[in-house]
Amino acid sequence: MNNTNEQGWPLWEIFIQSKRGLDHKHVGSLHAADAQMAIENARDVYTRRQEGQSIWVVPAAAISASQPDDAAMLFDPADDKTYRHPTFYVMPEGAKFI
Amino acid sequence: MTEVKNSQELFQAKVDAEQKIEPKDWMPEKYRKTLIRQISQHAHSEVVGMLPEGNWITRAPNLRRKAILLAKVQDEAGHGLYLYSAAETLGVSREETIDALLSGKAKYSSIFNYPTLTWADIGAVGWLVDGAAIMNQVMLCRTSYGPYARAMVRICKEESFHQRQGYEIMNVLANGTPEQKEMAQDALNRWWWPSLMMFGPSDANSPHSAESMKWKIKRQSNDELRQIFIDRTVQQAEVIGLTIPDPKLKWNEETMHYEHGEIDWAEFNNVVAGNGPCNKERLAARNKAHDEGAWVREAAMAYAAKRARKKQAA
Repeated sequence: MNNTNEQGWPLWEIFIQSKRGLDHKHVGSLHAADAQMAIENARDVYTRRQEGQSIWVVPAAAISASQPDDAAMLFDPADDKTYRHPTFYVMPEGAKFI
Repeated sequence: MTEVKNSQELFQAKVDAEQKIEPKDWMPEKYRKTLIRQISQHAHSEVVGMLPEGNWITRAPNLRRKAILLAKVQDEAGHGLYLYSAAETLGVSREETIDALLSGKAKYSSIFNYPTLTWADIGAVGWLVDGAAIMNQVMLCRTSYGPYARAMVRICKEESFHQRQGYEIMNVLANGTPEQKEMAQDALNRWWWPSLMMFGPSDANSPHSAESMKWKIKRQSNDELRQIFIDRTVQQAEVIGLTIPDPKLKWNEETMHYEHGEIDWAEFNNVVAGNGPCNKERLAARNKAHDEGAWVREAAMAYAAKRARKKQAA
């Protein structure tokens, strides 16, 4: 994929935190000349209705992603370890707050 | 060959199981091409859609209406951007999609090739054109391609004010002076049929629909969506005392739907072919804006480079 547009503006991935204390969440992408402009454009594009109070911008080219085709293998180690979940354990009748 | 077949089957199984397809997933080439065409056409429609409304920003009847119209047009620019970004995830560059619009190679919704002659047209566009677009967009929130569906969810959230502000304009005019009511009725008369055409050809003449349905790009047929739109809008017109310009419009007690007159598909095809009242004007305006903005885009890049150098020196 070509990550820059005609004027060489790179592609940025945008993450918005909607409220203090919450995660920054991916909302989309846009082209901008630099990080400052990416933040300013993200403000106009993704927070016109008070959707955010903090913005992260990351060059799209800097993101590495796992391959969907490898998902089965990649996540296989977690498949047979149900004892990592609290519901795995048998609690005696009548025990409270556990 | 076996492998391709397996990928094809895996893909269809995912779609059938209502799992979203994401950018890095294997997908049939035709699925990718169809989406690139559809999403970029959709993006172009948002962008060209700013032109008929922009026509009235400086002449809005008061400051409230002007602020609303500005906000709406700004939303359309944002919607265009969400969609261009979604198209980019399919491997087509922004430059390619924009060039396709500017050169006239790509289509956009034909509705924007009609002129906005009076202030009432801004009401009719919001009520009818955005209303019809919303029908389609609500369906697309559940489309099978993840980035497209996510863009549509965001768009739908923002779009409902567009329809309501248009209906409010129509309501105020329809209950105003006789001249104002006449203006509202005239706008409805001109925008009604083109709005029905926005849903596309009738199902019998829609060759790509079956495949799009199978891939769950589309989930309801053109005629189904058109019918829901008609049923809802006729009632809304009655509430504000305007008349739908269709003498054959009739409530069918059995189907619980309105029957309507024949849509003039010759007109539709003619506008799609480039011969609508404003096709040339719209494309010329887009090209002019793009060309005249070239120096701004270059300057931004030069300024970014300067800022980077300064930062490095400090």
